[in-house]
Amino acid sequence: MFTSIKNVWARIRQLSGDDAYERYLQHYYEHHAQQTEAHEPLSREEFFKQWQDKKWTGVKRCC
Amino acid sequence: MLKNKPANISAILLWIVVALIGASAVGGIAIHRGESINALWFITAAICVYAIAYRFYSAWIASKVLVLDETRATPAERFDNGRDFIPTNRWVVFGHHFAAIAGPGPLVGPTLAAQFGYLPGTLWILFGSVLGGCVQDMVTLFVSTRRNGRSLGQMARDEIGRFGGVAALLGTFFIMIILIAVLGLVVVNAMKHSPWATATVAATIPIAMLIGVYMRHIRVGKVLEASALGVLLLLGSVMLGGWIDHHASWRTWFDHEGLFLAWAIIAYGFAAAILPVWMLLAPRDYLSTFMKLGTVMLLAIAIVFLSPQIHMPALTQFGDGTGPIFGGKLFPFVFITIACGAISGFHSLIASGTTPKLLANERDIRMIGYGGMLLESFVAIMALIAATVLEPGVYFAINSPAGVVGKEAADAVAMISSWGFSVSVEQMQHLAEQMGEVSLFARTGGAPSLAVGMASIFGSAFGQGLLAMWYHFAIMFEAIFILTTLDAGTRVGRFMLQDMLGNIWPKMGQTSWWPSVLISSGIVVAGWGYFLYIGVIDPNGGVNILWPLFGIANQILAAIALSVGTSILVKSGKAKQAWITGLPLVWLLSITTTAALEKLFSQDIRVGFYAAANDLSAKLASGLLPADKAAVAPQLIFNQHLDAWITVFFLLVLWVVVLDMLVVLLRFRLGKQHPPSTEAPYQKTMLEN
Repeated sequence: MFTSIKNVWARIRQLSGDDAYERYLQHYYEHHAQQTEAHEPLSREEFFKQWQDKKWTGVKRCC
Repeated sequence: MLKNKPANISAILLWIVVALIGASAVGGIAIHRGESINALWFITAAICVYAIAYRFYSAWIASKVLVLDETRATPAERFDNGRDFIPTNRWVVFGHHFAAIAGPGPLVGPTLAAQFGYLPGTLWILFGSVLGGCVQDMVTLFVSTRRNGRSLGQMARDEIGRFGGVAALLGTFFIMIILIAVLGLVVVNAMKHSPWATATVAATIPIAMLIGVYMRHIRVGKVLEASALGVLLLLGSVMLGGWIDHHASWRTWFDHEGLFLAWAIIAYGFAAAILPVWMLLAPRDYLSTFMKLGTVMLLAIAIVFLSPQIHMPALTQFGDGTGPIFGGKLFPFVFITIACGAISGFHSLIASGTTPKLLANERDIRMIGYGGMLLESFVAIMALIAATVLEPGVYFAINSPAGVVGKEAADAVAMISSWGFSVSVEQMQHLAEQMGEVSLFARTGGAPSLAVGMASIFGSAFGQGLLAMWYHFAIMFEAIFILTTLDAGTRVGRFMLQDMLGNIWPKMGQTSWWPSVLISSGIVVAGWGYFLYIGVIDPNGGVNILWPLFGIANQILAAIALSVGTSILVKSGKAKQAWITGLPLVWLLSITTTAALEKLFSQDIRVGFYAAANDLSAKLASGLLPADKAAVAPQLIFNQHLDAWITVFFLLVLWVVVLDMLVVLLRFRLGKQHPPSTEAPYQKTMLEN
């Protein structure tokens, strides 16, 4: 019961983008951190700015 | 491959029962001719039709036509970059997809189409979606997923030819312009001389900006926390509006004519298009998404538990084209008026490009493409219920423009009663007082009548004392996501225009170059602002002209998407099953062509653009018009001609794309050179799911 509530909460966070930065960091450490010319991960502020700008480029809402 | 589990006896029996219940509910709705009918019939019919269509039709399409392959890696997996390509849980993708496709369209269209009675709209929403709209969304999602998440315009160019791509692009741009104008008009009509509604809607702007600042600077990226705060503030704004409305001097600040409000919306739209997204658009979208999901769920629960009676007859006499809300016969105009909720071409822009980049597995295409549209169709059914629970006389009094029923309440009531829908001035006065408004006459556009319907449903659940609160809550709920569509649409229009102008003068194509931003935003806002302005000064309410134009444009975009789908199916050796998109395409071709030709050539001045223009010119020349009408007549005449040209343009776009597609198919059949299918090669998935 408790785990299923936790799962639903995790889905809601994912759906709303609440955990976007955490997921970005996870992706970064899995894929990019070992690369030789790896740059530092983006700060929370910088990531969020880019994420929002990208989210609203193109047709994202319908009638 | 997707395999169906072996059917057992109890499953077969269950589906037979579902089919029988569904058939009797649909049959019951169709043949019922009493005073009123319970809304549960509609809910039952809808759920059974959706369940059967999803279980059998979509499963067949998935396994036999599209042949979804769960071992095949999706673009999200192959190009995973942690940004736009991300393999994502199917429920999360479903949520994103549904939030993107479900806008105000399925609320407005069914409300307007209720002038024909409840039956035509209900049948079209149910069967149009399961046979048309859901198939379009699912097939488009599939073909885009197999093409690295390419957009509809790119696929039209690759698969049909260069013209197809240009047509899809131009079609989208013009739909956007018309759509924003008509949605703006809906909001203006809801706020006209209503200090409460105007104050509440105005308050949503600083609230959204506050939330934007909160997410950007105070608690960075805390989306849920900020949204929860915003929703509370929005509820507070409904109460604040009520307080302002009761305040003798404050209320005059928010009591305005339609024209003033139209200019305010135009100014707002321009500001929203050039402000950074974090400041207004993004936070407003969070709030509108939460409001939308919450309110739709609340409405569904209220309808199921309260099972209100529907008072609208199954069919009204307005099938003959004399309807007060918009002119035109039942065929083809019910199919044009209800686009979103049955089949909406706009969805194909979301189903290509955006959603495919998130799919973790091809098998999710069925649930997200087909299932997402089923849910939108259900929203449309609920809007239809909310509009038809009103007494028909009240429904027509709210939705009929003054140009048709007369400006004075007594005239309007006499006219509507003469149609056989009894309503009295006292009844409308009492209703307006209950809703906290001065008058509810001639509030065209669908939002106010939907709000009255929702308020009466919620009111009977949570007490009549709060009717005015519920009414303005519903207005705020509609306005907030209409304004989101307006912001997002203006922005998309701006990007498209910058892209197009960039072909002529590359500097204009730089999306961050300020002169380009200002010029292109200005052109887009001027485009929809013009139609909004004309809609407001038109005594026939504007909705009569704009909504059918929007419907035609949206269905034409659907026809383009279905042409792309059909050509790909045929080219991938599925010619025998290509009717799944081919038949809806033929249907859309016939309704859009008929509707467009009627809009051009009908002699009925409420349908034909030329007839209306000629009639008005003749009246103007003979000096029959009162001074105020004579002053705006030249603009209205010009507008009718412009609308006619736009309709011709839409028709040309449609037929050139379809004929282009047929040529491609013919060349394919004859083994001649043709654009090849551009499916990305198979790659095995490494994801475990």
